[in-house]
Amino acid sequence: MKAKKGQVRVMTGNAAAAYAAMLCRPDVATSYPITPMSEVAEQLSTFHADGVMDAEMVEVEGENSAMNVVTAASMAGGRAFTATSSWGLVYMYDALLQAAGFRAPVVMAIANRETPGILAVSAGQQDIIATRDSGWIQIIVENDQEILDQIIMAFRLAEDYDIQLPVMVNYDGYYLSYLAEAVEIPRIEDVDQFLAPLKLQPQRPKLQPGEPLGCGTHGIDIGFMELRYKHCQALQRALKKVDQIDAEFKEYFGRGYGGQIDEYRTGDAEIIILTSGGAAGTTRAVVDAKRAEGVKVGLVKLRMFRPFPRERLVKALKGKKAIGVIDRSVAYGWVGGPMYTDLKTLLPEIGLVPMLSYIDGLASMDITVPHIERVVDEVNAAAQGKPYQEVTWIPLE
Amino acid sequence: MVIKHKFIFETENAWSDANKSMLCLDTGGWRTERPVLDQAKCNYCGLCCLYCPPQCMLDKGDHFESNLAYCKGCGICAHECPRGALTMVPEGEFSNEG
Repeated sequence: MKAKKGQVRVMTGNAAAAYAAMLCRPDVATSYPITPMSEVAEQLSTFHADGVMDAEMVEVEGENSAMNVVTAASMAGGRAFTATSSWGLVYMYDALLQAAGFRAPVVMAIANRETPGILAVSAGQQDIIATRDSGWIQIIVENDQEILDQIIMAFRLAEDYDIQLPVMVNYDGYYLSYLAEAVEIPRIEDVDQFLAPLKLQPQRPKLQPGEPLGCGTHGIDIGFMELRYKHCQALQRALKKVDQIDAEFKEYFGRGYGGQIDEYRTGDAEIIILTSGGAAGTTRAVVDAKRAEGVKVGLVKLRMFRPFPRERLVKALKGKKAIGVIDRSVAYGWVGGPMYTDLKTLLPEIGLVPMLSYIDGLASMDITVPHIERVVDEVNAAAQGKPYQEVTWIPLE
Repeated sequence: MVIKHKFIFETENAWSDANKSMLCLDTGGWRTERPVLDQAKCNYCGLCCLYCPPQCMLDKGDHFESNLAYCKGCGICAHECPRGALTMVPEGEFSNEG
């Protein structure tokens, strides 16, 4: 069975996120506006005012309240959606950890932006890194259509009985949040159909009047360890689940994204460039150009950052001669970028090949075609056995 | 890795309810002194019960008595009692287990 073709409209990434949430019929959709995601809140309010979306929208006084509201709604058995960015994300940090610990299947869209410290109203993935160890599932997307599709898939993933975890859907703030592209909006009845399997599963416990329950209150010694263990196991289960849901989405709607990672011309590639988000699109163009010059280069787009797709990455990278990683964030206290340092833990399984870290695109600086061409050239030289520099902050050289 | 631990929680998350998987700490074991009532002074006003942090005061009809399985011996009941009917007595003076 296949979905009918939906209407195609030109919209921003923020609008795509709001459309996706609306199509999933949330019970509660609340967020506190912050640049560059404010339009998500505006668009959701418009849907609500127009009677298109029958969700409770709580007027919150900040992001911390927003996360508490959606967590509570989730514990009461509701479908909950919120969105934020940077300062907002870190302002809800305790509530963020609580949502994960409560195993509340909240879905949150994040327009990635630099984090506090240096006042930066600009793009960067540092907010993903700042919340890396929050116990959430973190998925990073590349374009507006992928934002919309991934949010629908995120509800399937979060609310799956085997998973029961909150999911962040990340997209580049400023770049994707404000970029208007043609986006196919699936018909709501088809989205209903896609989410329907959740109703056939056993149902998670929920708070309801007359049946008092407590959650997260009794983390004592071995009970605590048990719950932490279950949480970590659920994250591991999410890896295969995201691939399954992606395949099912492709079958039904005709669009697939590869699940945990997206591989582009990696099959016969000798060297690999790994990156994420919008930079993957530019890298794809560079891969084509360099292939025309005879360089056997491929792209791995990291779609899932937590849980880290160990098996898929090892499979994609094993036997390659050199790997370059472009990070749009820094790993404080390490020499390379965060995705680079994570990937390095896989070297014993991949093989001890040169791995080069590139830090680029902080604070809305562009990760340009010449930048990526340079990365390909240097990684290629390293693959030929030439000496290389481990870490490069591209715009600073 | 083989997990030998038998799961306490039936659910994925930390749901608990009083009938199934409520985990109770043996807070009584923390106690170094316990409240002892002079019933002649008690007028059953209920302030001790109201102020008790773990809410372990049991209503006995004409006075309140702390549930020694949970009473941590904090002494707040004795401090609040307007008639001085409660005295904190060191545990060493009792032979029975709380």
